[in-house]
Amino acid sequence: MVETVIVPLIMIVIVLVAVLVTVMYIVLLERKVQAWVQVRLGPMRVGPHGILQPLADVLKLFVKEDITPARADKWVFTAAPIIVLVPALIAFAVIPFGRDLTLFGMTIPGRIADVNVGLLYIISVASIGIYGIILGGWSSNSKYPLLASLRSSAQLISYEIAVTMTLVTVIMLAGTLSLVGIVGAQLSKGWWFGFMQPVAFFIYFIGGLAETNRAPFDLPEAEQELVAGFHTEYSGMRFAFYFLAEYANMIVVSSVATTLFLGGWLAPFPSVPWLSFLGLVPGWAWFMLKTFGFLYVFLWVRATLPRYRYDQLMRLGWKWLIPLAILNVVVTGLLKVLV
Amino acid sequence: MVEAAAFYILAALILGFGALVITARSTVHSVLFLVADFLCVAALYVTLQAEFLAVIQVMVYAGGIVVLYLFVVMLVNLKRPPEAHSDPRRLGRLGVVMAAAVLAELVAIFAVGWAKPAGGEGALSPKNVEQIGRALYTDYLIPFELASILLLVAMIGAIILAKREL
Repeated sequence: MVETVIVPLIMIVIVLVAVLVTVMYIVLLERKVQAWVQVRLGPMRVGPHGILQPLADVLKLFVKEDITPARADKWVFTAAPIIVLVPALIAFAVIPFGRDLTLFGMTIPGRIADVNVGLLYIISVASIGIYGIILGGWSSNSKYPLLASLRSSAQLISYEIAVTMTLVTVIMLAGTLSLVGIVGAQLSKGWWFGFMQPVAFFIYFIGGLAETNRAPFDLPEAEQELVAGFHTEYSGMRFAFYFLAEYANMIVVSSVATTLFLGGWLAPFPSVPWLSFLGLVPGWAWFMLKTFGFLYVFLWVRATLPRYRYDQLMRLGWKWLIPLAILNVVVTGLLKVLV
Repeated sequence: MVEAAAFYILAALILGFGALVITARSTVHSVLFLVADFLCVAALYVTLQAEFLAVIQVMVYAGGIVVLYLFVVMLVNLKRPPEAHSDPRRLGRLGVVMAAAVLAELVAIFAVGWAKPAGGEGALSPKNVEQIGRALYTDYLIPFELASILLLVAMIGAIILAKREL
């Protein structure tokens, strides 16, 4: 009873709280990083160096008026932000955060669930999230959100193919779909898959930028053309849900990239003996460090690169990334047979 | 006990959402209820320990095919009521034929006992991804390849229909 119900429940609470707090501070970090790139200071007023700014933001979003447009489809308009947020949060259920611990004679696993179809679970959950974006744009009954949601869903569906193909190469190397098993395979091989599959890693990263609608692929939110994108008509808490979901999705993409390509919670270079002291740092700390490294690159890219044009985005996805990813699968398969 | 309760709750949800799909006024709402229906079916697979099927059900049906339905429904203007068919009794007659077909099927299942459950007892092994893969690539290789060719043909056909001047 305790090990099957209560421990997972406590872990779910811990993970959810950690994700939500990370989202709050990623928003602050994003504003700070952009400010530093542009030689500004960023938020400085609320708390020392703006450290309490996220709390102020959340308070503002809570008390803001929540408007439903008169001609909107009310039920769908209310459901859409929830449909976006829930898949972004439940994806964390299968991500391994650290090695198993023993506390008070009980084993505390380093993840919420170890499903033998873990990777497919993440892909399928992400495919449900697309509904929230399409429906949010449609139900607003307004032209800019509709155009933005069509752009967004076309972009998500196109880049999902390339990303899924890179996951296939990882599955071929690891021989399992379970994320815990993939980390285990990297431990037993002594190599992170990012080094064995640099092409897949690269494609996954670009696909991850596109799937989370981040710059330079943030066409669904191109202000000059589309006001604010599919959530133009949203305000207050429902807007906050979209915002939360976008950043939670960034964390999901970063965590999956960490797990698949950077060894998850493993210390760097597990096979080099004189670096074994790195294993003294707990696994979850390595996991968080790597994930934050990824998130930082997301923010850095946004502050650095200009936005793509829509036809360039589609050409990059369909004519470069998808063929490259398929070629990578074929080459990996050949190497597996020959070597 | 818990399994039976889960089955009946899920079955009730599936039937309820199914009824909502055909009674909802707005087509977009219909499509949404269909998604909910597919998710409940996936949950039913999970109670049978067929996680792989459950995930594929969500990915292919809920996440892939219904998104296309949604695009069509959203972009094609369905506000205009469909024109009445010249024969007003047509729907009634179609309904009688469909009901008779379903009745015949039920009789075949219960009275004649055509549809017996396949052999095998107990839970699936937790490695059901491997089992499905092995079955597909050994015992069912030819049907699998035929299905792939069919899909390839459909894909080429769709491209030719959509892009007339290549």
